[in-house]
Amino acid sequence: MNKPLAPAIVADPAADAEARWQHDYQADIGTDRPLHNVSGIPVAPLYGPADWAAYGQSEPLGYPGQPDYTRGIYATMHRGRTWTQRQLIGLGTPADYNARLRGIMARGATAVSLIPCNSVYRGFDMTSVEPELLGTCGVVVNNADHMARCLEGVDVGEISCAMNDPSPFTLLAFMLVAAERRGIDWKKISGTSNQSDYISHFVANHMFYRLALPGARRVLLDHIVWCQQNVPRWNPMSVVGQHMQQAGATPAEAMAFTLSTAVQNAEDCMRRGMDPDQFLPRFTFFFDISLSFFEEIAKFRAGRRIWARLARERLGAKDPKSWRFKFHGQTSGVDLTRQQPLNNIARVTAQAMAGIFGGLQSLHTDSYDEVFSTPSESAARIAVATQNILREEAHLTDVIDPLGGSFYVEAMTDRMEEKILAVMAEVDAAGGMFRAVESGLVQRMIGASAMRFQERIESGDQVIVGVNAYRADDDATTRPVVERPDVAAMRRHLDEFVAWKGERSPGAVDAALDGLSRAAGDEHGNVFGAVVDAARAGLTNEEICGRLRRDLGVGEPLAVV
Amino acid sequence: MNDTTFRPRVLVTKIGLDGHDRGSRIVAAACRDAGMEVIYTPPWQSIAAVVKLSLEEDVDVIGISSLATDHLIVPRLMQALRDAGLGHITVVVGGIVPDNEERDLLDAGVREVFHPGSTMDEITARLAGYAREARAAGELSPVEPGGAR
Repeated sequence: MNKPLAPAIVADPAADAEARWQHDYQADIGTDRPLHNVSGIPVAPLYGPADWAAYGQSEPLGYPGQPDYTRGIYATMHRGRTWTQRQLIGLGTPADYNARLRGIMARGATAVSLIPCNSVYRGFDMTSVEPELLGTCGVVVNNADHMARCLEGVDVGEISCAMNDPSPFTLLAFMLVAAERRGIDWKKISGTSNQSDYISHFVANHMFYRLALPGARRVLLDHIVWCQQNVPRWNPMSVVGQHMQQAGATPAEAMAFTLSTAVQNAEDCMRRGMDPDQFLPRFTFFFDISLSFFEEIAKFRAGRRIWARLARERLGAKDPKSWRFKFHGQTSGVDLTRQQPLNNIARVTAQAMAGIFGGLQSLHTDSYDEVFSTPSESAARIAVATQNILREEAHLTDVIDPLGGSFYVEAMTDRMEEKILAVMAEVDAAGGMFRAVESGLVQRMIGASAMRFQERIESGDQVIVGVNAYRADDDATTRPVVERPDVAAMRRHLDEFVAWKGERSPGAVDAALDGLSRAAGDEHGNVFGAVVDAARAGLTNEEICGRLRRDLGVGEPLAVV
Repeated sequence: MNDTTFRPRVLVTKIGLDGHDRGSRIVAAACRDAGMEVIYTPPWQSIAAVVKLSLEEDVDVIGISSLATDHLIVPRLMQALRDAGLGHITVVVGGIVPDNEERDLLDAGVREVFHPGSTMDEITARLAGYAREARAAGELSPVEPGGAR
């Protein structure tokens, strides 16, 4: 019989080995700088079984597709169906959008997005804003005709469309009217109202102040109820953490605020008499993926199991579909640098990997040139190729939750969970998310975190390659020359819109506006249903938003420094 | 002007359609911490509102934060300031501005464009210098009613 190999190593008692490592580590490291992740959690030099014990031993790591879903919400995860590649598109006129949409569909895309011009977000028509700005950040869609032009030649019953469409959801209304005119059954239409989360907008000041908080809250609930009855495959609620993290929230804070927002919205729905298992399966989440690689992975794993418990225990959902934490991730633009911009491709790659290991369902990878403008076509192709390379060449999707069981990842998942729950407790103590943003509590916490992060950069504690370290002469040729939408084409779009408005019957416009007011004034009315009727009757984005602002109150931003 | 008592008066604001205010909030706080008088507004100010506030608050410097193309209307702000007799106020822009459009802003009278990666120390030092120049220029040619200079 052969002797076992290397008996000395096997025989070494573990405790002694650990003590010797401690000794050698201290001897070699010199001064050990204490490290913390962005959420403020200490990062040890090494993790072992004891670090994982807190969670791992009392409740063994389960299986994908089974509560608590730490390892993923589906049994097959990325080995079965990978993730949806959903790149944001939208610039210029509806004709420009349509050309770009058909282009990406010809290359195989089945999931699309529609990003409107900032004027649309703000509730204006193109006649009310400086023409220089039109179409520079998204497509200019002001009525159902414009939406029909955007989607010309595209079977909206066959694709999944995510629209950045804040309350009162005029873009979805325009799309439903466009579909109706073409005889497409609303029951076949699928997609997501991105940006339906008015709370994240209020907190992060991102895109719009259309309605005051109470009005926005009411319209969201009407939207959820109406969609469930009329467009059952549509996801009316996308709970957004991305804005808050981009605004400066730490990863743990962003997850906590998002989960608190989801609880707020769910409890609001339940107060309307809805059963959580009716609406929770259609809740989705949207997160930022920063470069803090292991912290992000832990954030997603922790968030997933907190949500499963919240949905079951706090909200009383019985259907496992309600417990599943479906999320879209977008790589963080804040992490990208203007200096040596091609380095951003490496940053986006690492961010995307964190999202994939975190178990996302849908991914947008930023283009390296997003620090200059909305992405160029060539940079957007690299961003998509990055996802394909990670999947097909690096084989990141072969194994489910490949970092599960890593002492570090499991311990950090536990620590992030504690941190997230602590922030959620602060929000609960303030009366829930609605009250906590109304009072400015959440905004102040985010502002303080943004300042701390900036201080880490300025002190050199956080190295940013090419910015505060490893600087090199900038090669201006790597910076894109940004082109804006064609001025003449936008002018024609504007002129046609003005002419169309002049041809409408004033009586019909007034009747449609009255319909909106009736719904807004009747607590049993459904404002979103009235928005769809108004879109069908030919009202514009600004007319709909303006009337609801009048009736439900104008949202005013808080100034918090 | 006595050097030890000089406090720059800086308006930090956003015009146009976008609301991303992380940068404007951080810059406003940094200017305040550097000892400046900071007038801060939430996003989405109209150009007319910025001109009015600049006059009322007698600011030396206006910092416009632009993350999503709102810098394209800064030339309109420059014209409106000149029309109001406030041409001595220094205007700077910070945020996402492509190279080819930075040229247009400088041609329109913007003093400097701060890009991502600028440190708070750099920004506050430059703003303090600009404020000093603007104050001196303003004292040489005080604003006349009606905006004529």
